[in-house]
Amino acid sequence: MSTAGVSVRGEPAVRFYEAAIGKKIVMAVTGFILFGYVLVHLLGNLQIYLGPEQINAYARFLHSTPLLLWGARVVLLAAVILHITASVQLWLLNRRARPVSYVMEKDPPAGYASRTMLWSGPIIGAFVVFHILHLTTGSVGLPYRELDPYHNMVYGFRIWPVSLSYILAMVLLAMHLYHGLWSMFQTVGVHHPRYTPWLKRLAAAFAIFIGAGNISIPVAVLAGWVRE
Amino acid sequence: MRIVLYIWRQPHRDAPGRMVRYEVAKVNPDMSFLEMLDVLNEELMNRGEDPVAFDHDCREGICGSCGFMINGVAHGPLPGTTVCQLHMRHFRDGDVLYLEPWRARAFPVIKDLVVDRSAFDRIIAAGGYISVNTGSAPDGNAILIPKEIAERAMDAAACIGCGACVAACPNASASLFVGAKIAHLGLLPQGQPERYRRALNMVAQMTQEGFGSCTNIGACEAVCPKNIKLEVIARMNRDFLVASWRARREARVEGFG
Repeated sequence: MSTAGVSVRGEPAVRFYEAAIGKKIVMAVTGFILFGYVLVHLLGNLQIYLGPEQINAYARFLHSTPLLLWGARVVLLAAVILHITASVQLWLLNRRARPVSYVMEKDPPAGYASRTMLWSGPIIGAFVVFHILHLTTGSVGLPYRELDPYHNMVYGFRIWPVSLSYILAMVLLAMHLYHGLWSMFQTVGVHHPRYTPWLKRLAAAFAIFIGAGNISIPVAVLAGWVRE
Repeated sequence: MRIVLYIWRQPHRDAPGRMVRYEVAKVNPDMSFLEMLDVLNEELMNRGEDPVAFDHDCREGICGSCGFMINGVAHGPLPGTTVCQLHMRHFRDGDVLYLEPWRARAFPVIKDLVVDRSAFDRIIAAGGYISVNTGSAPDGNAILIPKEIAERAMDAAACIGCGACVAACPNASASLFVGAKIAHLGLLPQGQPERYRRALNMVAQMTQEGFGSCTNIGACEAVCPKNIKLEVIARMNRDFLVASWRARREARVEGFG
């Protein structure tokens, strides 16, 4: 019998990050940071409905303190890197854990969102790269004017394939957030038979708010409600 | 009734296996699933063939020995039931059923539907115990335990260690099993002295055995014959988080680690 994992003194028998739970906790914390950012980002985006002056003033305000701007970017980049690294390591672990699969596979009773985290994640990641190139650096050849997000969104989203890619990415983001938002509580150990069902409803509400809020912008542009 | 079975046949640990078709012609609806396999095995032995190996012991749903996949569901279609307590009346005449062993790297197949679950024994040995004074038996109610706590501990203690949670999990994670053991002992006052060391050691052993990670899907909860809830996994995560923190502090104070 192997008892190599047992610690008799007090030191950790397994270092925090070596255990799958440690990696999951890293994913939960970084996921929470990214969720917080996505929420604030949406509140910024929705200012498009208040007119070009408002949203462009907000963009200038965000760029007025480079220290804060770059501080936020560094934190977000670190969160993204940790989130992706942990997820890839867990994915490899989970693949190794079942080398022989079942002849008769049956989908677990869980919802669609929880089973699709693994591919909604990479697609959202690819979308984020495209999104930054489109609306932050302006380097994908779409209409772009520095510090004029109103113009950039209106002229970008008038091209329907661009709008469609944004809409699809936001549907995936909403699903990813629904499972992620209640999962992060479970992962750090918060579970209560009375409150967890409410937590799931709250997660669904936030996911729908973020998904629908963002989707409304390309839809409004395509419908001509938001124009130059 | 007539039942068609496709059963995983594998002569021993290192031999390749395959699905083999069998037919059991005269199945009594009042038979348990294992009794139906007994009938099949009798026919196989009469024909001079090797009977299908499957684990079983009490056949009362309390020992945790039995268990295999029926059409991709651990312990079969009836919720909260081990396969020995599943009766043939829950199936229809002419049903085609696929029987497969638990699949996990940590549970290698020994023969047919029998897997080696000693990984669970090693996890229990790593921390599934409490320390007590030896000598005369202590008074039954010397330590008062609130009713609600006793019941929650009992709910977790209902785990029979059958391994269905690992089998059902898309990641072959043992989180529900380990969570049940950590919750069972960690809820009770008798389990407090080793509470955090237990979380570290059992999680460490679980990691070494090669089980996957929990992705909060709930497939384990759905098939658990004892209806253990995902809540125990949250408790394991919490105890592990606190334990990792405390272990670091101890290491700093005492100068090791």
